[in-house]
Amino acid sequence: MLPILAQAEIPDIQWLPLIPHIVMAGAAVVLLTIVSVAGRWLPGWFAAAWTVAAGLGVLATAIPVWIRVDQWGPHSTIAGSIGVDQFSVFIIGVLACTVVLTALVADGFLHRESLDGPAFYVLLMLSAAGGITMASANNLIVLFLGLEILSLAVYVLVAMHLRRAESQEAGIKYFVLGAFASAFLLYGIALVYGATGSINLAEIENILSSNDLSDNGLLLAGMAMLLVGFGFKVAAVPFHAWTPDVYQGAPSPVVSYMAAGVKAAGFAALLRVFFGAFGPIYEEGQLADLRQVTDDWQPVVFGLAIASLAVGSMLAIVQTDVKRILAYSSISHAGFILVGVQAATDDGVASVLFYLAAYAAMAIGSFAVITVVSGPGDEGTALDNLRGLAARRPLLAAAFTVLLLSQAGIPFTAGFWAKFEVITAAVDARSFWLAVIAMLAAVVAAFLYLRIVVAMFLDAPDADAPRLRVPPGPAIAIAIVVLFTLAFGIYPEPLLKLADDAWLNLRLWAH
Amino acid sequence: MDGSMVLPVIIFLPLVGAAAIALIAPSRSMVLKPVAVATSAATGALTLWLMAAFEAGDGGFQFTQFAEWIGSAGISWHVGVDGISLFLVVLTGLLFPIAIVACDPPHDAKAYYIWMLVLETGCLGVFLALDLVLFFLFFEVVLIPMYFLIGKWGHENRKYAATKFFLFTMLGSALMLVGMLALALLTARETGGAVTFNLVELAEDAGALPTITARWIFLSFALAFAVKVPIFPVHTWLPDAHTEAPTAGSVILAGVLLKLGTYGLVRFGLYLFPEASRYFAPLLFTLGVIGILYGAVVATMQRDLKRLVAYSSVAHLGFIVLGIFSINTEGIEGGLLQMVNHGLSTGALFLLVGFIYERRHTRQISEMIGLQKAAPVLAAVFTVVMLSSVGLPGLNGFVGEFLILAGAFVAHRWWAVVAAAGVILAALYLLWAYQRVFHGTPDDANRSMPDLNWQEKLVMAPLVGLIVFLGVYPKPVIERMEPAVNQLISHMEQVEGFQSPTVGDRPEGSFEELRELKADYGEGEGH
Repeated sequence: MLPILAQAEIPDIQWLPLIPHIVMAGAAVVLLTIVSVAGRWLPGWFAAAWTVAAGLGVLATAIPVWIRVDQWGPHSTIAGSIGVDQFSVFIIGVLACTVVLTALVADGFLHRESLDGPAFYVLLMLSAAGGITMASANNLIVLFLGLEILSLAVYVLVAMHLRRAESQEAGIKYFVLGAFASAFLLYGIALVYGATGSINLAEIENILSSNDLSDNGLLLAGMAMLLVGFGFKVAAVPFHAWTPDVYQGAPSPVVSYMAAGVKAAGFAALLRVFFGAFGPIYEEGQLADLRQVTDDWQPVVFGLAIASLAVGSMLAIVQTDVKRILAYSSISHAGFILVGVQAATDDGVASVLFYLAAYAAMAIGSFAVITVVSGPGDEGTALDNLRGLAARRPLLAAAFTVLLLSQAGIPFTAGFWAKFEVITAAVDARSFWLAVIAMLAAVVAAFLYLRIVVAMFLDAPDADAPRLRVPPGPAIAIAIVVLFTLAFGIYPEPLLKLADDAWLNLRLWAH
Repeated sequence: MDGSMVLPVIIFLPLVGAAAIALIAPSRSMVLKPVAVATSAATGALTLWLMAAFEAGDGGFQFTQFAEWIGSAGISWHVGVDGISLFLVVLTGLLFPIAIVACDPPHDAKAYYIWMLVLETGCLGVFLALDLVLFFLFFEVVLIPMYFLIGKWGHENRKYAATKFFLFTMLGSALMLVGMLALALLTARETGGAVTFNLVELAEDAGALPTITARWIFLSFALAFAVKVPIFPVHTWLPDAHTEAPTAGSVILAGVLLKLGTYGLVRFGLYLFPEASRYFAPLLFTLGVIGILYGAVVATMQRDLKRLVAYSSVAHLGFIVLGIFSINTEGIEGGLLQMVNHGLSTGALFLLVGFIYERRHTRQISEMIGLQKAAPVLAAVFTVVMLSSVGLPGLNGFVGEFLILAGAFVAHRWWAVVAAAGVILAALYLLWAYQRVFHGTPDDANRSMPDLNWQEKLVMAPLVGLIVFLGVYPKPVIERMEPAVNQLISHMEQVEGFQSPTVGDRPEGSFEELRELKADYGEGEGH
């Protein structure tokens, strides 16, 4: 044995909370092995089915973790580098569902585009494993590792469509800008370490609550760099420039994963660092009477939120490509979620979680519809391709309408309650004007969803429009998300309660 | 029937009908209309039963039903009816079967009937909801069926009109959502209680908020309702939407949907924000009076008969706003009564214009002449309805306008004088339009226009009957409204500690007394 290993202290590891991580990453590696050994004897749907099973497995193994945290309270494992709390379990759940649904959507797509093979699914699961690590990281380096695993897999996924130049271009664009953003993030981590002397989030939180570092230049610069890095991942303005191009170029199922999964993981990491470590400091239930670090970042997030809301909803109006429209709308959704982040309260965190879950459903469903409609070559993503969809495929058009209305925040959809919760959090934190601006942006955004609805229902279909085939995978995925959207639109209580319970408080941890 | 179950049944019966229609096979399209008519007629019958079973002397909410819905957010399923909402519910129950019977969609009948019935559920839900969030959900969801009705079955410019309608209304309600949340959360913080959106509980704590905060929140509500009413200058969606909508859509839009706004002003404006309502009353009734004159003048200029009726709505709703913000029993009662009257008479006018359009395929006044000779029954019905809209004594419009002017005269004398001029203008544009369309010698295009058929006569009969009945004998309506209105006024006074002037203590020309009144009024403002 190497001497260095002999000296190393192996930390005490609890395995149960790590099982979802292991299942997700392990399933990817095992799938790769199976396919390379026995690929030729396996049926075409094997990889997709394997991925669905892996996602469900993660979901199933996350439940005991949730129950355990419920009983024992939040804690950490592997020498305090992985946090075990309901916040991370919630995000793990969202990511697992995202993987399941994306795999369903991708099944028909890959076959149609003759891109069959396990690569897509392996990368998808690896990326989600990175996301899970981000969501539960209690250590800035672990968080960075998670982010890189997530991102590298997505860079390849974006460039997955071998015969489309746009896909290659999008991949390069996303890779260069993403690498740049990662560098910012890493630099931010270094600066925060310089200011606080720790990379452990719970320790940083502890240090900040006993020392006033709110004017520390090193810490401020570090926080700014971290915001740039996260802002890029969640597509917040002004770090959004890649979004429309990449969404348009990337294969449609990949976009559904990016909009739902990458955003969720990005916001989870953002909240862990900014609300968990740099969050408000309480003493006996009251805000502590000292200058809060939150006062430093709240105004910046306020600005990011307004910029994202305004740019996202307004630029979407002038687009003619549905994928670009939805890319800008995802920017405006990021703005909405930032409204919840800006509140910097437990309710705010809960509202962000609810929003992420609801948005994941809408985004996956919307891009699943586009996957189906875009036809061979993934080319038909212009608004014109949707004209008269209601006459050609009434159920598909109705499902897309439900998802769009949910994105617009119309009552009796999950999207309404997502907006309701976020605005509640903002109003409760007395950010009235932010709430007002967010709602105005929602009205502007409603216009672009209406444009799509008009095209589907009120325009006549082209006479030579090709017959649409809806493969079973996407059909199941769309049915699930529509049911989800309507069910939680009518009775959101269970999901609200889950998001409420999934709170984030590093202080309570037994270190 | 168990009393507490009647309201949910009324609200959801049309939705059940819509679901039933969705399940009808395409090969059986002839049963679509009977099912739609039966569902809406059954709902209408239930609302009539509700009116009969309603306890006339009771000013509180009746037939209430309460259930936890989203407990963690303080949102409940809470419905009930009082004298203020009762007749709007009945109006909705009557107008929907009439509109469904009267007009057949030219295409996509199935979707058309589904949207009509969903719309009915939404409207009834708005009038019966006693929880702010529940109200908001119905208030917003009404947009979608109306959007599709205008956008899919409307006239040439329908997409533009539908989108404009949707965005305008959504803009208003977007701000109301923020106001609603601020109201609930800040009230809970002031009183130290749990967050609740229950209208009754919030009204009890109506005085808890700081004056300035309450005023801001009131403005966010008032804007949403002002767009819906619509009050000048946010009325611009209305002429487009009314003109482009299919006939049944216009009837429901004018008859029921506009009332969502005025109803909201009474139920949520006055009831929840007594002080702020009084503070902003001068602004709102001034806008109301501007609306009366502006609507009348613009209506006079219209070449399109349907657009003329649409602008007349702007004027009529100006009257209703004036009545509501007179904030006294006469004014509010007049406003409420006028909501019903406007629903009947403008609904009927839109139906008649629709009948003419079906025959002549034009809405241009200049292309119609001498229709009286060709279609005497249609002309006669049009006369009655038009005179009701003008406010001829003996027909329903007169009672409402009289009460409004009486209330406004006490509260703001000169505005009442100006508004009364609006009555004259209404006579001008409607009679002039009638003269151009119905009088004279018909040319070739108009000579052979068929008269009303039995189906059209059937749908006009209840409307004309009610127009005459309410003009001659409005007591059954007023005696059911009055306790609720009085209770509303005393609630406002209790919250403010302010005595409002009523017709009874009107100063008989004495300046001293008038000055006293003004001093009182000033006190109320300073509160």
